Amino acid sequence: MSIFEFFQALLQYEFLQKALFTSVVVGIICGIVGCFIILRGMALMGDAISHAVLPGVAISYMLGINFFFGAVLTGVLTAIGIGYVSQNSRIKHDMAIGIMFTSMFAVGIVIITMMKSSADLYHILFGNVLAVRMSDMWITLGIGLLVIGLVVLFYKELLVSTFDPTMAQSYGLPNKWIHYALMAVLTMVTVASLQTVGIVLVVAMLITPAATAYLLTNRLSVMIYLSAIIGVISSVFGLYFSFTYNLASGATIVLVSAFLFALAFFFSPSQGLVWKAHKSRKNRLELMEK
Amino acid sequence: MECALKIEQLYVSYLGNQVVKDISFSVERGSLVGIIGPNGAGKSSMMKAALNLISKDKGEIQIFGEPLRKWKKRIAYVPQRSDIDWDFPITVFDVVLLGTYPKLGLFKRPSKGDRQWAYECLKTVGMESFSNRQIGELSGGQQQRVFLARALAQNAELFFLDEPFVGIDVASEETIIHILRDLKKEGKTILVVHHDLSKAESYFDHLLLLNKNMIHYGASEEVLQPEVITKAYANQFSFLQPKGVNVTT
Repeated sequence: MSIFEFFQALLQYEFLQKALFTSVVVGIICGIVGCFIILRGMALMGDAISHAVLPGVAISYMLGINFFFGAVLTGVLTAIGIGYVSQNSRIKHDMAIGIMFTSMFAVGIVIITMMKSSADLYHILFGNVLAVRMSDMWITLGIGLLVIGLVVLFYKELLVSTFDPTMAQSYGLPNKWIHYALMAVLTMVTVASLQTVGIVLVVAMLITPAATAYLLTNRLSVMIYLSAIIGVISSVFGLYFSFTYNLASGATIVLVSAFLFALAFFFSPSQGLVWKAHKSRKNRLELMEK
Repeated sequence: MECALKIEQLYVSYLGNQVVKDISFSVERGSLVGIIGPNGAGKSSMMKAALNLISKDKGEIQIFGEPLRKWKKRIAYVPQRSDIDWDFPITVFDVVLLGTYPKLGLFKRPSKGDRQWAYECLKTVGMESFSNRQIGELSGGQQQRVFLARALAQNAELFFLDEPFVGIDVASEETIIHILRDLKKEGKTILVVHHDLSKAESYFDHLLLLNKNMIHYGASEEVLQPEVITKAYANQFSFLQPKGVNVTT
């Protein structure tokens, strides 16, 4: 199917429009939040939180409430649990993350299996963007606006506490609360991304576009815009491949973002391996001529 | 003279060990104070605890006779180089601009005037031509000067610098000490964690000598007397005893 036919289908099918809209919003917010996650060295933490929302989603499902509430609850609890274990024992941070998130994930799998709904489990884990409902779309949009609003309002504070937490603390910023607020935002982003990329691959959407942008610029503000744009490109092309070849949308979106990362890794003007190799070769040749 | 900083009975623990014990001293406004002592003497811990950056077991800290929290925004802290992520996507100018954040408060962005002020501070340390460079591209000394510019931008009354002279070039060291002396002339109060005894006397007018306990606080030449300094460094010279050199405390 050509891009042109994809556009025709887009005009024709409402489900595809919803899917595209949701993917674009998810691409933007994952890109934005991902920048702070990677700069704070919390990539692993992002992985943990995204997996830890599973039991919350399952319990909400069982109780018949919106899974947003359950997900935020178990996500934040896991973040607190990880902090508690690593601060109060010789267990290191990465060990605590490994223990907590796998346990939470396992609890989620047990609950969902007991509910005998393995089809839903598959969709939660791997995403099914073509089945986005109107209500999901609104939740995603709401979370998106909230996340963008928070980052715009607190940009200054996020920048200082990420770059130099000691300075932030010395002039009175509540680093701890900023950390937990970011964890709460992270769980919300995960919930928003459930249907697009699924729990297992959310972390890729958080890290890969942000890491790509990180290779391309020396300014945080530019990095955030770039990361959001890369997230959107990944989502749109991923959706196209998913729709065209009938593949899981999560997988295709993540693969597009990984491809973009590879491009930046090799060809970034300042950081790319190819240019670096080219420059040092040129330097060596010049020295030889002398 | 006005008392800028007063610390009474400060105790700090790190991983269950007491690294700072019973420190009491007060610093007059307009002093340039060096904090010296052997490795592991608790110099940095003392400074961090004085600023409430790490928790203390006990102790009272007063700034100009008031509790610390009232002065938080007027205290500039320059961290050790190892505490910073030098790959962070931030330019030299934006680092200095951070110094204007404390007084802005929530929701407000730096104005044009703030940006001009930050540029002035960058000029003071002689780094304005590096304005648009990523912070990691600079040498150690240049980075330290940029962080000093950030402290200047904060318009602080008190300056706390943690090991600013470690691993930097001579020119940067001279620039920094020159600026610190200018600040002193303006009546600012400056505390510097320092470990190079050879320059301690020429750099600072007062010295605080620590080795977990407080050994001595006073004028530089008074602290640098052999009988005082050996009290802090004695166990580092114990290997001399078999050779007949007796270093007692």
